Amino acid sequence: MNAVVTSEVYSRNKIHPKKFALIAACAGMFMSFIALTSAYIVRQAAGNWLEFQLPAIFYYNTLVVVASSLFLHFSYKGFLKGNTRQYRFSMVAAFVLGLLFLVLQYQGWHEMDNLGLGLTVNPSSSFIYLISGWHAAHILGGIGVLAVALLHAFLLVHKVTVKRKQRFELTLIFWHFVDFLWVYLLVFFTIQS
Amino acid sequence: MASVATKPIVEQDDLIIEEYGYDDHFHDHHHGDKYQSNFLTTYVFSQDHKIIAKQFLITGMFWAVVGGLMSLVFRLQLGFPEENMAWLKPVLGKWININDGIGTLSPEFYYALVTMHGTIIVFFVLTAGLSGTFSNLLIPLQVGARDMASPFLNMLSYWFFFLAGVIMFLSLFLSTGPFSGGWTAYPPLSALPQASSGSGAGMTLWLLSLVFFVVSVLLGGINYITTVLNLRTKGMTMWRLPLTIWAFFVTAVLGLLSFPVLVSGFLMLMLDRGLGTSFFLSEIYIGGQALDHVGGSPILYQHLFWFLGHPEVYIIILPAMGLVSEVLSVHSRKPIFGYKAMVYSILAIGFLSFIVWAHHMFMSGVNPFISNFFVIFTLIIAVPSAVKVFNWIATLYGGNVRFTSASLFAIGFVSLFISGGLTGIFLGNSAIDIQLHDTYFVVAHFHIVMGVAAFFGMFAGVYQWFPKMYGRFMNETLGKIHFWGTIIGSYAIFWPMHYLGMAGVPRRYYSFDSFDAFKHFAEMNQFITVAAILTFAFQILFVINFFYSIWKGKKMTTKNPWGATTLEWTTPIETGHGNWPGKIPAVQRWAYDYGKDGKDFIAQIEPLAEGESETH
Repeated sequence: MNAVVTSEVYSRNKIHPKKFALIAACAGMFMSFIALTSAYIVRQAAGNWLEFQLPAIFYYNTLVVVASSLFLHFSYKGFLKGNTRQYRFSMVAAFVLGLLFLVLQYQGWHEMDNLGLGLTVNPSSSFIYLISGWHAAHILGGIGVLAVALLHAFLLVHKVTVKRKQRFELTLIFWHFVDFLWVYLLVFFTIQS
Repeated sequence: MASVATKPIVEQDDLIIEEYGYDDHFHDHHHGDKYQSNFLTTYVFSQDHKIIAKQFLITGMFWAVVGGLMSLVFRLQLGFPEENMAWLKPVLGKWININDGIGTLSPEFYYALVTMHGTIIVFFVLTAGLSGTFSNLLIPLQVGARDMASPFLNMLSYWFFFLAGVIMFLSLFLSTGPFSGGWTAYPPLSALPQASSGSGAGMTLWLLSLVFFVVSVLLGGINYITTVLNLRTKGMTMWRLPLTIWAFFVTAVLGLLSFPVLVSGFLMLMLDRGLGTSFFLSEIYIGGQALDHVGGSPILYQHLFWFLGHPEVYIIILPAMGLVSEVLSVHSRKPIFGYKAMVYSILAIGFLSFIVWAHHMFMSGVNPFISNFFVIFTLIIAVPSAVKVFNWIATLYGGNVRFTSASLFAIGFVSLFISGGLTGIFLGNSAIDIQLHDTYFVVAHFHIVMGVAAFFGMFAGVYQWFPKMYGRFMNETLGKIHFWGTIIGSYAIFWPMHYLGMAGVPRRYYSFDSFDAFKHFAEMNQFITVAAILTFAFQILFVINFFYSIWKGKKMTTKNPWGATTLEWTTPIETGHGNWPGKIPAVQRWAYDYGKDGKDFIAQIEPLAEGESETH
């Protein structure tokens, strides 16, 4: 199929307002995680803090989520090039890996619980559940967005219009954001323990 | 749209827009019909920023009346504790206890009233009602945009606010009462459902309501920021923006960065309440029983709360400052004094507002060395604030001041901001705060500097832009009566409170009957209560004037009644969807060319005359 850019370019702005609005929204969401991780540091410094090793599954899972991001990027490239197979199947991979991430996070919480690190045992474990849970809620939002993108990929004829390109870019920005948010959180947990 | 027969006069500015403006083909696509096809899409689920602004304003006014009435009830208790309150029984029901025919206000409900008064006025009136109204109305009009970046999110922003309001309103009718632990919702009162009667269902609804409220603020704020940065018209550089827009912009940035922090605090609070975690709860006995919670820190909540809470007071006051700057300049027929200094001071206040939060916590047991840090930054914030005050006074100085209702309220704002701001310098010192914290001195300080002052900014804005909203004027005589009644009344309420505070009278107490040290203040408390009732009556005058003028006010006959330079006055008297009927005006100069080159004012759309320099 031929991919042709139709319709005129937005003339007044270097960056599309919706893209900018999404980046601003991501900044807001990030502040909420900054707050939680800062609270973590303050609470940790106050003592009565149970030190423990994060289950390995959280580390493996980071690879899953990063891979998902890469696949979505690959899918975007395919979309632009007019390579429908690459566009569709990379997106399926990104979507499945996203779901897998949620499942594995759930496994991780189970593993912590089995180790005797339940939600209410110590603030150190409470924080892990809270922060990773709040992050999982954002991933869930991202999966909703990916589901819509997936429907577009399979139900619509592959045509690169300005509108669809923008829509894809918005999906891409949000998914990269929530994925790298997890990388930030994992690095944070690792450094703090 | 069926419009009243306004003369289709072609005015000078229409010609300028036609010649210099640029065509974005907006009216080729019939957007207008999509947005405003029936009653529901025009007035209820509207996506037009001007209608949304009115929705925010009128909802805000409703809440202001509710919040104000609540304060009258608890002021009656403070001023006249011995009086029979049985006459309130039909309204307050079981919250009035009747013993031997004498009705008294129940102490639980007194605390609920204080809590709700704070929550409602801070969030629903002075955040949503002020910033929601004027950011919506003025940002697209003054930057030269057809509407917000996302009209749909803008509509959602209002309806989330509405939903938050409905939930909060419902909580007032719970049999256990609304939340009663103070508007700051400190744990443990907020974290333990069994802590007080309002801590159960009342607190749950309070939290739910505020989460929706935060969603509303964020959706609005993202839109305001994007619109200011991305949708400015041709020629409208950042340095040509009116100060209103600068203020709304920085306000939205503050909201975007601080409200999510509050949400994080709320999440932890919800987990403590529902799932048994111990983020904020340490070892506590309730009813002789030890709870399971171990090792939590209530101070942690205070940090998270005030990280929002302090920027929040600037979220409230910055829009008022922006409105006042604009109104003062227009009505003194002079350029605003020190435009760039005004912008930099808005930015400085915005930045500093993030690093002063712990001055709300000097007495909560934080490390005194840490307090020093916050004392210093708190005192430094007086510098940009003083720059602004100086510039407002310098703008008025030597001006040809027109004393309209709007400009009177703007001048009143400056007066209040000075007298309330000075006491902030007392309170910002952690040593003096040992004596003054949690007294009526604090109550007096923040009511004057961010409560009444912000209301004054809002009133100035309403009187000034009412013609833009409804095509009619508010009654000037009533407006002036409203002004004098309010400014005298407000000082009569809050000035005496400084004396109470210096004598150590604590805030939030239900009654002072059993304190010998405070008994002799009974008459002063009566005076304050009477002043509060009278001041409230003047606000009813405003409400009547507002609604009467919507339908019966004097009609606007020219597009630019105040002789202002900014873009909103180049739109038709009945501004339709898309704001300008033809092209979008291009901007040629800054917003404050008053009295330049012998002309009374030069609109922003007018090109520079030959040989005219843009420097001011």
